[in-house]
Amino acid sequence: MTQREALQQQAEQRQQVLDAFSHHLLVCAGLGCLHNDEIIKALRKEIAAQGLEQQILVRKAGCMGLCALGPLVLVLPDAVYYQTVTPQDAGEIVAALGKEPVQRLLLPADLPFFSKQQKKVLALSGRIDPENIDDYLAAGGYASAVNAITAMSPPEILRIVGESGLRGRGGAGYPTGLKWATVAQAAGERKYLICNADEGDPGAFMDRSVLESTPHAVLEGMLIAAYAVGAHTGFIYVRAEYPLAVKRLQLAIREAERNRLLGQGVCGTSFDFTVQLRLGAGAFVCGEETALIESIEGRRGTPRPKPPYPAENGLWGSPTLINNVETYANIPLIIARGAAWFAAQGTEQSKGTKVFALTGRIKHAGLVEVPMGMTLREIVFEIGGGIPDGHAFKAVQTGGPSGGCIPAEHLDAPISYESLSALGSIMGSGGMIVMDDTSNMVDIVKYFMEFCMEESCGKCVPCRVGTAQIHSLLQKFCDRQASADDLAALETLCDLVKTTSLCGLGQSAPNPVLSTLKYFRQEYLDRMADPSGPHQEGQL
Amino acid sequence: MPTPPSDLHLQDKRWETIDRVMRRHDFRQDALIETLHAAQDAFGYLDADTLRHIAARLKTPPSKVYGVVTFYNHFKTKPKGEHTLVVCTGTACHVKGNDRVLAWMEEHYQLKPGDTTTDNRISLLEVRCVGACALAPVVIADGSIIAKKSLAESTAMIREWLNDAA
Ligand SMILES: Cc1cc2nc3c(=O)[nH]c(=O)nc-3n(C[C@H](O)[C@H](O)[C@H](O)COP(=O)(O)O)c2cc1C
Ligand code: SF4
Repeated sequence: MTQREALQQQAEQRQQVLDAFSHHLLVCAGLGCLHNDEIIKALRKEIAAQGLEQQILVRKAGCMGLCALGPLVLVLPDAVYYQTVTPQDAGEIVAALGKEPVQRLLLPADLPFFSKQQKKVLALSGRIDPENIDDYLAAGGYASAVNAITAMSPPEILRIVGESGLRGRGGAGYPTGLKWATVAQAAGERKYLICNADEGDPGAFMDRSVLESTPHAVLEGMLIAAYAVGAHTGFIYVRAEYPLAVKRLQLAIREAERNRLLGQGVCGTSFDFTVQLRLGAGAFVCGEETALIESIEGRRGTPRPKPPYPAENGLWGSPTLINNVETYANIPLIIARGAAWFAAQGTEQSKGTKVFALTGRIKHAGLVEVPMGMTLREIVFEIGGGIPDGHAFKAVQTGGPSGGCIPAEHLDAPISYESLSALGSIMGSGGMIVMDDTSNMVDIVKYFMEFCMEESCGKCVPCRVGTAQIHSLLQKFCDRQASADDLAALETLCDLVKTTSLCGLGQSAPNPVLSTLKYFRQEYLDRMADPSGPHQEGQL
Repeated sequence: MPTPPSDLHLQDKRWETIDRVMRRHDFRQDALIETLHAAQDAFGYLDADTLRHIAARLKTPPSKVYGVVTFYNHFKTKPKGEHTLVVCTGTACHVKGNDRVLAWMEEHYQLKPGDTTTDNRISLLEVRCVGACALAPVVIADGSIIAKKSLAESTAMIREWLNDAA
């Protein structure tokens, strides 16, 4: 039996086991659903007490998205979601199986939060046990990698990824196919692969959720990438602040190795690929690719000037492919369904779907996946359910400390790399924080500037000194001590820091200030020492 | 020349785990951050003896080891108190009022982030986003998450926890 057949058999066996149960109770075991272990225990106890162990299977699952109403439990095959479940609900939930669902806990079946999303990367999130490789295999997992490595040539894969139009999900949106082709063509005996799981944006948890829910999908994407570019060693650089993601990744790597999907001779071929974890240590700048490379090499995470780009000169001087978690998680789907399938969704220049962490002053906070081109209004008001407690929408912040605030008048803008940057923000990695009429924009901007100031690595002067100066100017506005000169100085400094900093941290640090000066200027003017000063007219 | 670390310190069983990490990386200098993680996991913080020993084992100048330790927020050179209160300062938690939780801690307990009470019982820490943004505002008391609470609710729970802990 070939390795391929063995895996297939393993998948079928698991499916048979799963099919033998009349009902499955999937319990979200992500970070966002508190006390899920107690719920699982209570459900199992109830089922055992009723002697239903052969009929009902309780499974640990990944994130189902609607974290605001968690802990969530999904009943299959009925596809019924229960919200804010407690261990005390176990009896009622089990008793209702095959009958009318428990109304008290039921989430409406037609909730736009679910019906308006298009889950591709998240399709298996919340549907399989992240700690069981057989679950992923049974759902068709690793079929793309096995197919790629045993039946496709690297140039063929490069062509498909290029044609799909996939762009990096880590923030900058660089075309993935182009980056892969550069690494594949780069001269060098040894090549490395890195998965950027640093997720430094404070208000974003897409990558955490993908790693916790479908760690094997990320490994599979990396495996395909490694084969396509000719790398044999891969690193996942993951934040130490995500212990559950780290634990599940460690387990997933071990299970993949045991099934000969990683290691020497992957799938019985002569292709070798090993993956190691590297823990971050709480430095935002280490999400920047060259700083991340410095950190893997065991040093302080200070960025290097580019060029040379990592694709040519990266880890230990070798050509290095570095992509984001979500970028890799898209790859198995593209290989399975083809470039045209992927490119059929999205806008002209931004293809596919994007995962967002929708949080802040919003009813249905959680993790969502939508096609590129959907409007911000649809995301905030339909999927997100709007603003709670009768407050009014004020702005949505995308891109974290590197992004900007988008006001109500642009809610109909479609989300894409181009349109968000045209609005003075960025797509970023997927953080989307909603603010309402109680939010003070100058305070939020000061918060982001303090973040950049503290996280500046200090290598270059414009960023090290400039962020501190901008921060003290913003403090003056918060204290209502600012003058018209301060406002002018703020604008000059922002421009200077943006244009002269070495890396993306400094270059984009002024974005939150600039976008609020553009859309919420009155809030700055209202905080000047003499709000009736000469600068007010003509600048609104 | 670095002074050799005290023997007493090295006899600690926990060094075996740390040595294992260094050995796994063939004592290469790029094992530094991984080794520091292992050492902090084992001892709770990184003291001067520990850093000197790691520097010697990895043949890395102590100045470089110190430079790395101070660069990364995660590494602590001071011991933590017996109990820790971690306040998430991510954007969603900020928008939902965790800045006021920190102000409250300072006002009522004279603790700023990074501080430990003089009796060494309680440390206040801040963390740059734990990634549970949909549960904002998030405060973690000895590992258990207090989430989605108003300022009055969170502070009442913190007060209760502090009374139990102290
Ligand atoms: C300050 C800074 C922080 C960054 N943080 C991250 C991050 O947390 N995760 C990430 O994937 N990319 C981050 N990036 C972008 C990376 O440098 C790099 O572009 C990305 O990992 C490439 O992968 P992609 O093409 O798949 O997006 C950051 C960039 C900068 C300038
Ligand atoms: S821009 Fe800031 S973070 Fe980037 S290299 Fe310069 S000082 Fe460091």
